[in-house]
Amino acid sequence: MDFLVILADAGRGALGPVAAIYALAAIGLNIHFGYTGLLNFGQVAFMLVGAYGVAVTVAVFGGPLWLGVIVGLVAAVVLAFLLGIPTLRLRADYLAIATIAAGEVLRLVFNSGVARPVTGGVFGLQQFAGAFYAVNPIPSGNYGFGRLTFSQRDLWVMLVGWGAVALATLGVFLLVRSPWGRVLRAVRDDEDAARSLGKNVYGYKMQSLVLGGILGALGGMLLAVDAQAVAPNTFNPVVTFYLYALLILGGAGTVLGPVLGSVLFWFLLLFIDSALRQAIGAGYIPDEVISPADVGAVRFALVGLGLMLLLIFRPAGILGDVEEMRLEAGAGATPRRRRRGRKARPAAGKRTDERVGG
Amino acid sequence: MTPDPTLADITAEPGVPKPDPLLVLDGVRRDFGGVRAVDVDHLEVQRGVITGLIGPNGAGKTTLFNLLTGFDRGGTGRWTFDGRDVAGMPAHRLARRGMVRTFQLTRVLSRLTVLENMKLAAVGQRGERLLPALLRPVWGAQEADIERRADDLLDRFLLAAKRDDYAGYLSGGQRRLLEMARALMVDPTLVMLDEPMAGVNPALRQDLLGRITDLRDSGRTVLFVEHDMDVVMSISDWVVCMAQGRVIAEGPPARVAGNPAVIDAYLGSQHGADDEQGSEETTS
Repeated sequence: MDFLVILADAGRGALGPVAAIYALAAIGLNIHFGYTGLLNFGQVAFMLVGAYGVAVTVAVFGGPLWLGVIVGLVAAVVLAFLLGIPTLRLRADYLAIATIAAGEVLRLVFNSGVARPVTGGVFGLQQFAGAFYAVNPIPSGNYGFGRLTFSQRDLWVMLVGWGAVALATLGVFLLVRSPWGRVLRAVRDDEDAARSLGKNVYGYKMQSLVLGGILGALGGMLLAVDAQAVAPNTFNPVVTFYLYALLILGGAGTVLGPVLGSVLFWFLLLFIDSALRQAIGAGYIPDEVISPADVGAVRFALVGLGLMLLLIFRPAGILGDVEEMRLEAGAGATPRRRRRGRKARPAAGKRTDERVGG
Repeated sequence: MTPDPTLADITAEPGVPKPDPLLVLDGVRRDFGGVRAVDVDHLEVQRGVITGLIGPNGAGKTTLFNLLTGFDRGGTGRWTFDGRDVAGMPAHRLARRGMVRTFQLTRVLSRLTVLENMKLAAVGQRGERLLPALLRPVWGAQEADIERRADDLLDRFLLAAKRDDYAGYLSGGQRRLLEMARALMVDPTLVMLDEPMAGVNPALRQDLLGRITDLRDSGRTVLFVEHDMDVVMSISDWVVCMAQGRVIAEGPPARVAGNPAVIDAYLGSQHGADDEQGSEETTS
């Protein structure tokens, strides 16, 4: 059992392309859920349209990669409008229902035989990102230290991916400190109050949905480019729930929460994965208890356990503000105030009766 | 309080025309299933005075508020605000036009600080648009102006010490103060207060009353719903009484309090088996 190998695997997970992809999509989800209070349970749908925007444009229609990126972004905006127009005027739950359904509908439609000429059906599409790797400026070789190394190909994806994450984080940082971000947080706290102060709540929710959706689509594109392949079943609903898990782990409604969450999530997942495999290989864990084939499932169980513990001891996530979270739950000084309010009202009423009656 | 001189010669009867109405309602109705919750044939709210809206519970006061402010868009009829037809206009546009409301249950934004609550309310902020928001130089100066105005108001509303606290930590009375101060940030023509005294302790009550009369003295129009008759009688220039969705009486406070229809409306709703019980129910 080699501890350095475990650490190298975990480090590869934490810094690798997948962590950047999830961070990007989670930043979008953070705009939705963390800052605006939109319950988007279909972030994966935005990733899907982004990924297929690139894949279909290049692999099926032979267009250039940049056009694919534009197609993917436009598709995300269209999807956001389709989801938002009917639901954003309604209560929060309706968006949740619509988004989770939309994600599944898209996955199944892209999977179907009917869509096969365009989407490749179950098999998906491959080899459409050649142009991306052709412009890789990094000389070939392996980079890193010790056992933690990346190929020039991975490094190129990471460079673009983490670059996008950095830009998106900077954008969110600037936005949430602006009056625009203030309105968003006001909408999250109390839509009616924001409305009574002249804010177009519907418009802001739509902007939030579109902006977060675009980031989701960018994540999806990167996922497609990294794998040089897309298949509908990559875009399971569970992806959205990983995004929620890592967002809450890092701290929803914080600028760096989704980034830290993604890095930690993938670090833990691959740490446990690698540790289990090493332990089984070294005979510390007998085959009858956990066989190598079970590791994939067991690691998620353990990560789930870790998340539960974290939420018990740090409910607002690592970067979140517990005080702020208690206010969301309506805590603060509320219990006392409620009792006082109840007493005061009947008393006021009695006086009313006396005056009008007599 | 002496009634506004412009209202002195007006007949105290429902729907009477006023010399300078800010808000005019015509045939405003709201049905919930088979129940007509609001049914106002004609009502004018005079500019620059405090109008109290009273009535027993279930009279339709808050429903009317919701209709007028665009929070409930299921009503029919016409109403004009400052001479313009605003029936069916969404709430946020009405607020920008100068009709701002508060709520029966205070709605402070608890995860924003007191100062942020105030700054949020300013209208026409350049930084509230997505792209300019990214560039602080575009909105920084305006933001500083807004902050100065907010600080002035917080001073006047005794909230300066709470400036940087989360609004969620304020007491019930302080929330009322914040809501009212925040409404002023919009620079409204008409301030609509829904039970501004509910849950406010007696010490703060006097303060709040002073703020409401200040609003009028600074030229704004106030329309408020209140159950506390002492409050209504002491600060209103004009009182409108609703019962079962209709305006049954209006006039100067003293006249309305003595109006038999008003007394009937209140007693009628409270002639239950147990008077004490009845009053508990109607006010809770």
